[in-house]
Amino acid sequence: MNIKSLSLVNFKNYNSLDVSFSDKINCFTGNNGAGKTNILDAIYYLSFSKSFFSSIDGLNIKHGQDLFVIQGSYIIKDAEENIYCGYEKGKKKKVKRNKKEYERLADHIGLIPLVMITPSDISLIIGGSDERRKFVDGIISQYNRNYLYDLQRYNKALLQRNYLLKEAAKTKSNNDDVIEIYDQQLIETGNRIFEERKKFTDEIIPVFQKYFEHISMGYEKVQLNYSSSLYDKGMKVLLEESKAKDKIARTTTEGIHKDDLELLLGEYLIRKLGSQGQQKSYLIALKLAQFEYIQKICGFKPILLLDDVFDKLDSSRVEQIIELVSQRSFGQIFITDTNSNRINKVLNSVNDNYFHFNVDNAQLTKVYETD
Amino acid sequence: MSPVIIYSMDISQLPSRLLENAVNEFSKLPGIGKKTALRLVLHMLNQPTEDALSFANALIQMKEEVKLCVKCNNITEEELCSICSSNVRDESLICVVESIKELIAIESTSQYKGLYHILGGRISPMDGIGPRDLNVDSLEDRVVNNVVAEVILALSTTMEGETTSFYIFRRLEKHKVPLSTLARGISIGDELEYTDEITLGRSLLNRMPYHGK
Repeated sequence: MNIKSLSLVNFKNYNSLDVSFSDKINCFTGNNGAGKTNILDAIYYLSFSKSFFSSIDGLNIKHGQDLFVIQGSYIIKDAEENIYCGYEKGKKKKVKRNKKEYERLADHIGLIPLVMITPSDISLIIGGSDERRKFVDGIISQYNRNYLYDLQRYNKALLQRNYLLKEAAKTKSNNDDVIEIYDQQLIETGNRIFEERKKFTDEIIPVFQKYFEHISMGYEKVQLNYSSSLYDKGMKVLLEESKAKDKIARTTTEGIHKDDLELLLGEYLIRKLGSQGQQKSYLIALKLAQFEYIQKICGFKPILLLDDVFDKLDSSRVEQIIELVSQRSFGQIFITDTNSNRINKVLNSVNDNYFHFNVDNAQLTKVYETD
Repeated sequence: MSPVIIYSMDISQLPSRLLENAVNEFSKLPGIGKKTALRLVLHMLNQPTEDALSFANALIQMKEEVKLCVKCNNITEEELCSICSSNVRDESLICVVESIKELIAIESTSQYKGLYHILGGRISPMDGIGPRDLNVDSLEDRVVNNVVAEVILALSTTMEGETTSFYIFRRLEKHKVPLSTLARGISIGDELEYTDEITLGRSLLNRMPYHGK
């Protein structure tokens, strides 16, 4: 699967753009603010019908204009597919597949699988545990609606239960009989969520290890663990045992909402001791593991967008990453970088076909194309 | 004075205190804002006096004379509502609903000939509705003091509805009364391919025997 061409009208800093891509590697180099990332964001938009950066569609329109249009022509399972995304101020966003508009945007998600790595993803490594739960939940629920449904029910029941615990403490009254109902719902959904997360992490951990070792050339030992108190006890026992504690804390202290991914470098947490380059390597390995997981589920290779990923990495790691992603196991790739010398150097060592574009003030010039 | 002039005025500065009072009362109604309230009030003002009086009286009379059925909390003018006092209804069936709106919906199917029990809401602690705010005690009394063959839980399939069903189940299980809940599944006339995965999955799990019709 790949995107053959992209056309933009008034999207972010682009007035209009028509460009064809290589089915393997596409590089965009240029200065800050030239519009490199906006191309990646447009491709992201065609997959998820929203921008990676801003959920407010109005902000994606070029200043002073009233609408934007993104169109992409894809080859999916040997057939040509044309995807259209358009938004006009004050109107409903439109997404069309081969000129036919979707009734529900959710029906489009999953048609064009895509993985994007951007500098802001580093919060996955250094941020709170909620970021990592969101990462895991986002991937699983994309292909498992029942999981999403369970997760929504769990979160609602949790909110109600926490509210009841606070009320009980405030009014010094006993509402155990109501809390029990919510316990029942947390038990039912919590156990299932745990099983799905475990299945998912068991699958991606070895893949992650493989990629990290490749990037660091085996010099560093990393570990990724799914930590959850549900390993030892079921949700039912956990809630029973923590009931007294919950009442004092006025909140639910145990459950899958406390799960985390433990990211270790050697024996230490990488968010505390890793260097920026190490953290970035960790992030890339994690995202590539996500890539492989999605590929396994949907049966073909997602599009890979690498936004400024080489910044802060030493040259040997950059080479390792390029070598990795240009292998056969990855499909079409889009890379942005401010440093065109760096890109040129690594691309020269790649014997796959690639396009190299220079981006300057929302104008694209193809500077190199392998034959 | 013509209404047009008032329209263009600031609503917070009406020429009469009495008018302002009426607007405030109207705007307490659900779905009615200040502008709509003013339009309705001006309309009433232009009506003949007897029409306005009969409107006001209808409200007063309704409020004073409409009561809740002592048995099922349905709306009635007597002690018992028309359903509870009917002698063609099956008294051994109780259908539990959230509010009168659901009762009306079920009645309009003309598929049900039993009695009802109106809860008056569904459990959602965050919205200030706990089990004690619902008519569950009276439901339990009915089950204990009457011969009840089945209690049908006809609550929404939302989280709050399910919570409420589960609470009632807990309260009634010791009385060994058969409980049932409305079937969840594909709507009549729906295309299978457009059914959402959760509903379709549930329909498959709860599939039923087919006898040719």
